[in-house]
Amino acid sequence: MKKFLTFLPLLIFAVIASYFYLGLGRDKDTLPSALIDKPIPQFALPALDDASKILSRDIVQGDGITLINFFASWCVPCRAEHPQLLALQRMQDDLGLRLIGIAWKNKRDEAQQFLQELGNPFAITLHDEKGRTGIDFGVYGLPETYVIDQAGHIRYRHVGPILPETLRDRILPVIKSLGAS
Amino acid sequence: MLALVANVAQAVQPDEILQNPALEARARAISSNLRCLVCQNQSIDESNADLARDLRIIVRERLQAGDSDKQVYDFVTERYGDYVLLTPPFKPATWALWATPVVLLGAGAFIIHRYLRAPAPDGTLDDEDA
Repeated sequence: MKKFLTFLPLLIFAVIASYFYLGLGRDKDTLPSALIDKPIPQFALPALDDASKILSRDIVQGDGITLINFFASWCVPCRAEHPQLLALQRMQDDLGLRLIGIAWKNKRDEAQQFLQELGNPFAITLHDEKGRTGIDFGVYGLPETYVIDQAGHIRYRHVGPILPETLRDRILPVIKSLGAS
Repeated sequence: MLALVANVAQAVQPDEILQNPALEARARAISSNLRCLVCQNQSIDESNADLARDLRIIVRERLQAGDSDKQVYDFVTERYGDYVLLTPPFKPATWALWATPVVLLGAGAFIIHRYLRAPAPDGTLDDEDA
């Protein structure tokens, strides 16, 4: 018994240390989405360019893969990721992909100006001025990008800008694996 | 003066406060238990972040719509996951989290009890007890 007690602190340390070691491998900076494998939330948002046109999640129902990107003109990292979104737009036919943009907590004219200045990669752009749809998705900071499968379920969320490495190592593999199924 | 001191730790603005004091009290209690995801060590009750304000307003809207406290928490965790709760839920994934302090305390108490009960082999005091 005494020998066991001698080694007990070491044992406890080993157990706790292994928990910490496993924790090191996880991405602590971003939250996992609570909506993975769930259908995208229902919404009713006006189109950015036509406030009288109200669109719901029916626009996502279809036979393609959808990428939803939450952005705003005041979001600096959104500028950094824009070239990658334009690159995805160029690849969209090959990937069976469609990009939908949601301007989040942004004034209409400022969001429009942002897209005019940087280019518009989105097939459809929506305006979530109050930010409630973003909250329904679990958005907590911009930019956030959701990859949605052919059945309208969220399969992947990326928080933060889509850098070239992100596109290559995370986004494209997910899109391609959805396209293959 | 007391009101000034009490307000230091809150970020609730006058236009958010509900008329019904019972609902407002529930809103404050629930908000104190919801993590602000922008400044992650503060509750939404304390944080000045935009998102915190949005969630405070949503909590109040849900209470005014007649939701129970549990329904309000469920509304937020459906969107943001369990991490948004400042008090971790008690479920299989968090049993180890809840149990460990109790277990360690119990183990420590047990070890101390055994150690203090057994005298040194020759009956004299240990150096540290002298």
